[in-house]
Formats: sequence, structure tokens, C-alpha cells
Amino acid sequence: MAKKIIEIKNVSKSFGDKDVLKDINLYINQGEFLTLLGPSGCGKTTLLRMIAGFLQPDSGSILLDGKDLSGTSPYERPLNTVFQRYALFPHLDVYDNIAFGLKLKKVPQDEIDKRVRRVLKLVAMSDYEDRDVETLSGGQQQRIAIARAIVNQPKVLLLDEPLAALDLKMRKDMQIELKEMHKQLGITFIYVTHDQEEALTLSDTVVVMNEGRIQQIGTPTDIYNEPVNSFVADFIGESNILNGTMIEDRRVSFIGHDFDCVDEGFGENVPVDVVIRPEDIYFTNDPARTQFTAKVKSCTFKGVHYEMFVDSDTGNELMIQDYDPYPVDSIVNLYIEPDDIQVMKKERIANVLAAKVLGEGKIEMLGGEFECPTDGFEEGDEVKATVAFDKVELLDNLEEGVLDGEVHFILYKGDHYHLTIKVGDEGFLYVDTDDIWDKGDLVAVNIAPADIKLSR
Amino acid sequence: MTKRSNWSIPYFIFLVLFVVLPLVLVVVYAFQDNEGGFTLQNIGKFFSDSDAISTFALSLEVAIENTLICILLGYPAAYILADKQLNRSAVTIVLFILPMWINALMRTLATTELFNMLGFTLGKGTLLFGMVYDYLPFMIYPIYNILQKMDKSYAEAAGDLGATPRQVFLKVTLPLSMPGIMSGIMMVFMPTVSTFAISEFLTNNKIKLFGTIIQENINSSMWNYGSALALIMLIIIGITSLFTSDDSNAAEGGLI
Amino acid sequence: MKKFFAKLYIWILLVILYAPLVFIAIFSFTEAKALGNWTGFSPRLYQSLFTGGMQGGSALMKAVQNTLVIAIIAAAVATLLGTIAAIGIHNLRGRKKQAIMFMNNIPMINPDIIIGVSLFLLFVFLHIGQGMLTVILAHISFCTPYVVLSVLPKLSQMNPNIYEAALDLGATPHQALWKVMVPQLRPGMLSGFILAFTMSLDDFAVTFFTRGTVGLETLSTYIYADARKGGLTPELRPLMTIIFVVILILLIIINLRRSKTQAEVK
Repeated sequence: MAKKIIEIKNVSKSFGDKDVLKDINLYINQGEFLTLLGPSGCGKTTLLRMIAGFLQPDSGSILLDGKDLSGTSPYERPLNTVFQRYALFPHLDVYDNIAFGLKLKKVPQDEIDKRVRRVLKLVAMSDYEDRDVETLSGGQQQRIAIARAIVNQPKVLLLDEPLAALDLKMRKDMQIELKEMHKQLGITFIYVTHDQEEALTLSDTVVVMNEGRIQQIGTPTDIYNEPVNSFVADFIGESNILNGTMIEDRRVSFIGHDFDCVDEGFGENVPVDVVIRPEDIYFTNDPARTQFTAKVKSCTFKGVHYEMFVDSDTGNELMIQDYDPYPVDSIVNLYIEPDDIQVMKKERIANVLAAKVLGEGKIEMLGGEFECPTDGFEEGDEVKATVAFDKVELLDNLEEGVLDGEVHFILYKGDHYHLTIKVGDEGFLYVDTDDIWDKGDLVAVNIAPADIKLSR
Repeated sequence: MTKRSNWSIPYFIFLVLFVVLPLVLVVVYAFQDNEGGFTLQNIGKFFSDSDAISTFALSLEVAIENTLICILLGYPAAYILADKQLNRSAVTIVLFILPMWINALMRTLATTELFNMLGFTLGKGTLLFGMVYDYLPFMIYPIYNILQKMDKSYAEAAGDLGATPRQVFLKVTLPLSMPGIMSGIMMVFMPTVSTFAISEFLTNNKIKLFGTIIQENINSSMWNYGSALALIMLIIIGITSLFTSDDSNAAEGGLI
Repeated sequence: MKKFFAKLYIWILLVILYAPLVFIAIFSFTEAKALGNWTGFSPRLYQSLFTGGMQGGSALMKAVQNTLVIAIIAAAVATLLGTIAAIGIHNLRGRKKQAIMFMNNIPMINPDIIIGVSLFLLFVFLHIGQGMLTVILAHISFCTPYVVLSVLPKLSQMNPNIYEAALDLGATPHQALWKVMVPQLRPGMLSGFILAFTMSLDDFAVTFFTRGTVGLETLSTYIYADARKGGLTPELRPLMTIIFVVILILLIIINLRRSKTQAEVK
């Protein structure tokens, strides 16, 4: 029966105007390997530091074994942290670094000896006791940092992107070692990373975060096979994310074709997002199995598999991974199993923004003035403005638009791009476009008056 | 951890008391008359005293000449010292740094005595010579430092793009070494403008510089006039430092 | 060929730079009172310097003693104050940090005569009698900025997680400071101390204005008074020579150590 060792209840945190964590609720079971996964800035490190005690939440509470940790300092908590840049004490040798915490607790010398040696053996660094820490390689320093943390027998081990500074091979080796260590020690590990592959390899449970909120919690297979929204689908592994319509339970339409699927409960003729993993689109020679055809645009050898981009018969681009290559420009027959079609609720179907009527034919929204029909409304009215995704015009030249924004997130939908544009501090605009933009590009925004519809 | 910033408070108070307040007092005294009332007469006295103005001008002149000579003599020296092909010894730069550590008065006195023995009459020539002698290391060291740390690839890139050695120097090395020159100017011009003891030694009191007038006034309890003069010097220094530095690299204290 | 002229230039400069010092050194080995007379080799001046025999000898040594005492005390206090200040400043941001750094840099840019005059006025204003205490206070005020500038870079270079790691392993903030931070800062504190010591030793103008009328002399003020009187105390020659040699040896040692550690790193 899994015991909850850590509970995070309604935790929020802001730095200045920036909300870094918004109402986080999470519990962690004793002994599990839980990973906080997300892009930089999503709040995962902030959350970890709050558990460690370096930050206090603005609201909400964190409980350890049922006890509220609010107000306690890091040195009062039975937790230990492994830092990203190791933070080994340069003026102490390996032995003294590891013994640091034990000496503070006034553990007797022979007990210290025993524990230090035992933990050095665990990280396979037994001969390095007297070494100067600055002479160690990155991987070795990382192991000593881990040793230094676990020698104190903490209830929970916190790891803040510990492998980020290592090269690829070293990282993969250390991942295996960490998993081994977790099994041997039996204590709870809370791990933070932005590398989704790492999260999938190491974890019992993955918590996907973005913009200060938890997007999804689940086992690695859950997250991978059944992402709940397009962010998770895009962040984890490679995927094809497409616009679709749920015709009815277990029947969905996308890329111009109808497919059987296993999801239900969305309703009838509801717009949805569909996720297909590249390895889940299969080639066939059997016309009875063929669901649609496509033309191969490129085929690249990736070592384990071939990665191909194809254009479907309805003009949608798909990524396919297969063990066999298919020649460029050839027409291929494809099918997808119902199980492999993941249907997700659309988070929104159009831009709905808060706006204020400034006068006849003018409104203010997102900090800019737009013209639009205002019949039936009066100056000063607070209204909702609806704009379709494909009715937002994006321009290179910042002088030509009503607003300035920055391309914050790009989602490729097979036949167009679905962009998230961040408009200063005012909010976000979602735009469908065929143009190719880069993350971070500055854009100007225009919307034709006829495309803005007001409602209360 | 943020509470640690409170540790700066004692020093803040110290600075206000021992740095800001004294300067404020200089300003206050400069504008005070004997009874303590506000007056502009101290400043006025300076501008109406032709001796004071000519001394001031002389000080500026000497300072500028000194600085220029130091740059002309010092830059080549720094360049040679920093060039690994021309100078392979690490000891040579030490020999140039060493005089900076010997008490300035001592050095100046030694110079004066040497002049005496050699029979040179003390006057403007010896003054300038003595100044250059005193301050040359302070010009050489910052330029040497920056030349030494300069990334060789800049010069190489210029050469690769077709520049002759002379062009490389003028268009790449010299501009990039400007911060060092600025540093040197700061360390030479400002002390020269404000010096008093050194000029007295080197000219046997024949030539007075601005610093000397300030000192004389303060010592004869003419605090108001003395402060006014000090204030004028401060303004000159302030203007110069605006020109030569825009970040706190003004005095890195990296003499070790 | 270029190399020959380059070396020649350097050597000419060095000869000119050292001529006065060598001159003094040579004449420190002769007894003649007037500088420039060579009355035969004699170490008498050295003896007199240390035993305070000849006139002026003991006053000179007292001045040297004062100079050293002031320098040690001022440098020690400056190091302590400057280190605490640097830790505080390191944790400041934005305008507060700019303000305090600006104030910190003023004494380094200010000419010493201005510092001297302004502090003189301060002590008058506060009705503090001028003497040893005021000189030491004055020296602390212009030495501390150098300590701050020596320690701050060490703080920036320090892995910020080190302090947190200490806390994480069970150290109270106090323990973390002493066991982890201070050892990291020690090199900066040491070079700050040396710099402050040097600045204090070298000072003339500030001491001149803040020593009052009690007859306090440091080496610089002694030389100044001496030169004004017209004569040059003969014992000054051996003193200068000794200082010259000591500094030379120190600098060579430091540079040898530096090139040795650099070689080790390679």
C-alpha cells in the first residue's frame, strides 16, 4: 500500500509580476522515482527548491510525512539535494566533502568512516577518498555529489538536472546507474529534467509541467501513448499532431479520411486534436488494409530506423518511422491501428479575448486598438472578442501592425503551423498560418475588422 | 539568503560618514563665509585672482603634458613588454612595476637629489621629467595588462583579411587597447593635477601647482577658500572621469 | 633587428627609472652627510639607522614604526569591513547595488589631496581631535574599497549552489558561512589586505591633512618635512635602499610562485 511521503497542496509562487507556479497539487509515494519534466521556465526547478526549502511558497503548503514544512529551513529538513553544477566544496577533498553533513550532525568518527566508505563503494569511487575535487572529471564530480547527499540517509533525494552538464555517453551511463541506485537504496527520488527521453527512461511517474501548471501526471507509457493535450504530445517524443473532428464515439476524421479509434465521450462532430506517433503509421501492400495513400518526400537513415516525411493524398505532411526505407517520390499505402490514434480535447477553437469598447467601431484588446463592428455595444462596455485562428495576420515589419508580439510556441499540424504568440504581458494569441516562423521571432499583428466578433 | 544583503548596511553607513559627508562638507565650506552664511565670494576670489588662475592653468598644462609624454613613452614600452616575441622574460615587467610600490615621495626625493648632484637647475624641465619618472609605470602597467590579455585572433583575422602589420596595429590593436590607455590616463592625469608635495620637491618650491595652493590655504585656516579651490579641482576630476570611464573598471586594484 | 631596438628602448627606460634609486643605494654606503660626497665605504649609516644614533635617526625610526602600525591596523580593519561589505553587496540588486558601488569607487578615483581635505573638514565638523585615531580612520576609508573590489570577484566566481549545498547538508547559515564561504573568499581577502596595506604605506596627502598638530609623523610626512628643511636626513638613504631591496625580493618571489603554479596547472 503506497504511502504518500510528500504532498503538495495548492502551491503557488510569483516572482514580481511573473507567476511561476499556479496552484500546484501533487502527491509523491514513498520509494518512487518521480520526475518533474518540462521546458525551461515551466516552474519545475522552483517547485523542487521549495521542497528542498530554499524557497517558500506564496500560498499553499508542502507536507512531508504529514507534517507541514512551511517555515522550516533547508538544514532542518531530512531531504538532500544533488545540484546541477555539483556544488562540491573546492577547499575540501572527496572524503571531507562527503563527510560534511555527518560531521555537522556530530556523528562519531568511526561511524563516519564506515558510512563514507560504503557510499563511495556504491558510486564506484572507492579509491578517490583523498583526491582534490577539482581534479575530478564531470562524471566523477557528479557521483561524489550524489554520494555526499545520500550518505546522510535522507528520506527523499532531490536531483536538479544532475546530468545536464555531462556529454551524451556519460549521461546515458549515469542514467542506468541512477536507476540502479534508486533500486538499491529504496528511497524516494524526485528528479527534475527538461530531457523527455531521460524522464521516460528513469521514472516511475512523470509530471509534465508547462507555464507553471501541471499538464499531465502518469507513468512513462501513459504519457507517451496517451498525452492529454497537444503540449504534452509535442513535448514527449516525436508526434504527428493534426486537426480532426470527432464524428461520434470511436470514429474520428482527420487528414481528409475517417478512421476507427478507441476514444469516446467527446460528443458528435466536435473539433479535436489527434496525435499519431511516427512509428505507428504502417506501410502495406495489401489494398484491403490501406486507409490512405501518400507520396514520399524524404527518407533519412537514423541508425535504428528510417525517418520519412510523406505528403498524404489530402495534402497533409506526416512523419513516419519505419525499419524499412521507401524511395523518394514513390506512392505508398498506409494505415493506422485504432489503438494508436490518440484523440485529445482541443484547448480552444478560436481566440477569445477580453476587450473593451472605446467608441464607435473601436475596441481595445491585448493592449492595442482594433477596428471592428460595435453595433449593439456602447463605449466602456466590457466584451469578449472572438477571432478565428486563421484570421490573425502576422507581419515581419513591426511598424505595420497594431500590436507587437513574440513567437512563443510552434505546433506543426501537418498542413499548417499553429503558433502561440505572446503579446508582451497582455496575453496570448493563437494563429494558424502556412508561413514558417522561428521561436522567438518578433511579429506584428493585424486583424481585419470583419474578423472580430463581439459578444458579452 | 536575501537577508545577507543587510550586511552591506554597516558599510553603507561607513561610506556615507567617511566618503559622502566629507565631500558634502567641502561643498558647504566652499560656499560659506566666515560667519557661516552662504556666499559665492570664495569662488569669486578664485576667478579674480590671476595668480590662482595661472597656477590652475599651469597645473592643467603640466598634467596634460605629463600624460601625453607618459603615453608616448609608455605605450611602446607596454607593447614591447606584451609581445612574446620581443620579450620573453617575466622579470622585466616586474622591474617596471616595482617603482610603483616604493613610496612616491621617496622616489621623488631620490630623483631630486640626483638632479642636484648632476647640477641640473630645478625648474619646469625637472618638474616634468620628475613627473614622467614618477608616473610612467602607472601608464605602462594597464596598457601592458590589456595588450597581454588581448585575444591574438583579432590581429590574425585582420592579417588574414589583408592588413599590413602597421594597419593591424592602427586599426585593430590600438583601438582595442583603448581601455588600457584610458585606465592609464586616469591613473596619471588625475594625480598629477592634484599633486602638491612632488612639485615642491622637484622645483625647490619655485613652481607652485594647484595642489600646493589648496594645501597652503587649508594649513593657514583659510578653510573656505581652500574648500572652494578643492571643489574646483573636484569638478575637473569629475569631468575627466566621465570622459575616461563608463564602468567600474576605473580602478581594479589589480596590481598584484 | 626590431628586437634589438625594442630591447634597447626598454633598457634605456629601465636605466632612467632606476638611476635615482641606485644612486641613493650607492650613497647609503658612505658617511658623508651631504648627498653626493663619497667619503669612502662605510656602513655607519645603516648602523645609525637601527640604533637611532645620529641626529634624526630615532625620529625617523619612530616615523617608520608609525607608518607600519597604521598600515597594519588600517589594512586589518579594512579587510574585515570590506569582506562583510562585499558579501552584503553581492546580494544586492539594481539601484541599491549601483548606489553603493558608486560610493565605494569614489575614494579610488578621488585625488588624495581631496580625500585629505574632506576628511580634515569632517573631523573638524565632528570635533574629533586629530591624531593617530583620525589617521587610521582616514586610511580605513580609502583602503576598504580596494578590499571590496578584491573580494567581490571571488564571490561572483563562487558556485552559488555551494552555500545552498551546505545548508542542504544540515549547516545553519552561520556554519555555512564559516565552513564554506570564508575558505572560498580567503584568496580575495588576502590580496585585498595586501593591497590595502600597500595603499596605506604609500599614502602622504591623506595622512598630512588628518594627523593634526600632535607631532605624528609617518615616513611620508617625515620625508616631506625633512625636504622642506633643506637637508636630507642621511639615514634616509639606507632606509630607502632597504625598502627597495625588500620590495624587489617580495615581487620576485610572488612572480616566481605565480609562474610556478601556472606551470603546475599546465
